Amino acid sequence: MACIEAHGLRKAFGPTIALDGVDLRVEEGRILGLIGPNGAGKTTALNAILGLTSYQGELKVLGRDPWTDRHQLMCHVSFISDVAVLPRWIRVSRALDYVAGVHPRFDRAKAEGFLAKTDIPRARKVRELSKGMVTQLHLALIMAMDAKLLVLDEPTLGLDILYRKQFYDSLLHDYFDGSRTIVVTTHQVEEVQHVLTDLMFINRGRIVLNCSMEEFESRYVEVMVYPARIAAARVLKPIHEREVFGRSILLFDQVDRQQLAAMGDVRTPSIADLFVAVMGNQAGQAKGAAQ
Amino acid sequence: MNTPSSSVPESAPDPQGRAPSAMSATRPMYWSVRRELWENPSIYIAPLAVAAVMLFGFTISAIAAPHGVSCWFGPDATHPHGEFQIPYDMAAFLIFLTAFFVGIFYCLDALYGERRDRSILFWKSLPVSDLTTVLSKAAIPLVVLPLIAFAIIAITWLSVFLLTTLVLLGKGGNIVALWAGVPLIKLLLALLYALTAMALWYAPIYGWLLLVSGWARRATFLWATLPFFGIGIIEKIAFNTSSHFGALLKYRLRGWFTEAFVHHVHGSPPAPDPLTQLTPGNFLSSPGLWIGLAFAAVFLAAAVRLRRDRGPI
Repeated sequence: MACIEAHGLRKAFGPTIALDGVDLRVEEGRILGLIGPNGAGKTTALNAILGLTSYQGELKVLGRDPWTDRHQLMCHVSFISDVAVLPRWIRVSRALDYVAGVHPRFDRAKAEGFLAKTDIPRARKVRELSKGMVTQLHLALIMAMDAKLLVLDEPTLGLDILYRKQFYDSLLHDYFDGSRTIVVTTHQVEEVQHVLTDLMFINRGRIVLNCSMEEFESRYVEVMVYPARIAAARVLKPIHEREVFGRSILLFDQVDRQQLAAMGDVRTPSIADLFVAVMGNQAGQAKGAAQ
Repeated sequence: MNTPSSSVPESAPDPQGRAPSAMSATRPMYWSVRRELWENPSIYIAPLAVAAVMLFGFTISAIAAPHGVSCWFGPDATHPHGEFQIPYDMAAFLIFLTAFFVGIFYCLDALYGERRDRSILFWKSLPVSDLTTVLSKAAIPLVVLPLIAFAIIAITWLSVFLLTTLVLLGKGGNIVALWAGVPLIKLLLALLYALTAMALWYAPIYGWLLLVSGWARRATFLWATLPFFGIGIIEKIAFNTSSHFGALLKYRLRGWFTEAFVHHVHGSPPAPDPLTQLTPGNFLSSPGLWIGLAFAAVFLAAAVRLRRDRGPI
């Protein structure tokens, strides 16, 4: 069964259309990266999935309607929002007490185990912790919940490199077990490239790219073209072209690797490069349509 | 439409043997109320502080001017049923007033604060329904504060009683008259009754404040009070009367007392038995109580609805 299934998901805030007919299906056990520019509708999509906002269209998360069944859904779904949202007045020990009190699938011993690896004093209030510590605390709470779906909206925003690295390491090693599903949005795409199993680009409320990482690696090829072969390479219709140190780098979609290898140095593009290419083409099309 | 959902979450066997249904429905409520007390210690600190100041003042006066105490129960006591009630009434009045104001400011912030500091996103990530959340917040002024006020007033009264006894022991006053003259058990029963009546009567006020705190994006106090000034001004302009709406507000503030207790003719001595002053039949049959409770229910239902919609501000 699909973990998340949406058909024609729409959401408008007055004249602004945040989601413009999104269809998506996320199977169990996937780690999906939802990537898009600011204001693309990422957070709105996640909020709809989490029952934080109403929507038009059809949406089922673990078979439930998130808008009407949020609190039942939250027994099986956990999430961290883009900013530190732990209440600043709460003591670390009381945060554990409270979550253990209300969450039927919270394993307190597990949370204590995660916290034991940090320097977070149990008697401190959240306001007295550093930003990194607050995130560690939140992550300890979240990872000790036996959830089927974990949603992370910019989970590492404002954290230093060390914490960010630890964050994804511990997510993969201590939490992900192949049966859970994780959806993550981030601007730090290079951090998640090796974590994801699926990739989705969203722009202006629409999904503009949706593929698995295997597909991504076989479909897209980046070639640093030899200057002499540039004209021949352009004939193959690259989806994007840029110049680095005077050499042209062309990005191809579904073009034979053997053929491209003859024209230059071939490699798999980074998600960021593909993102720039796809978004650039989108902008170009929009401009063309306007003219 | 729910065919797939019925097969999934709750009926799914839990590998750890802790199905969500095994958690009793009252547990989220219990923890939500505790959480409110963690966040707002003023709920019990403010009435405790008032009681402490009160007791301190009484102790000083008992030590500095013990004749005040002994003249009520001393060998030459003239008013065995009169002034002795003053410290009891005063303690109850001040703590009632404190509880009322704590309740008001608590409600104004209850659903606003969590949106302002964005922690609503954390609370909503937990399996606690909006209904449970709003009811747990409403339970603070309607249940928790009255119980706390009862306990603190009872302790204050006992302390005053023991202090009076000690002073009289030192002065050789009439302890029998004191112990016979202060019907503590009956006073406590009357107190419990008064607190219940007050909580039920003020329910629409607290409900309204919770609704405003869940709705307003800023200045909750102004949003909560300005409409009433507006209605008063409209009444004045449109009908050139200013008493009807004002009387309604006054009745809402004082009605629980006038409906639930016997009226005293000013200056007459209070009845020796406090229980004879209670008029529960009159209170329960006053339309003001039931209309108020109906408004409270509507306000709370609207607050539950609003909380589902609202995110951080």
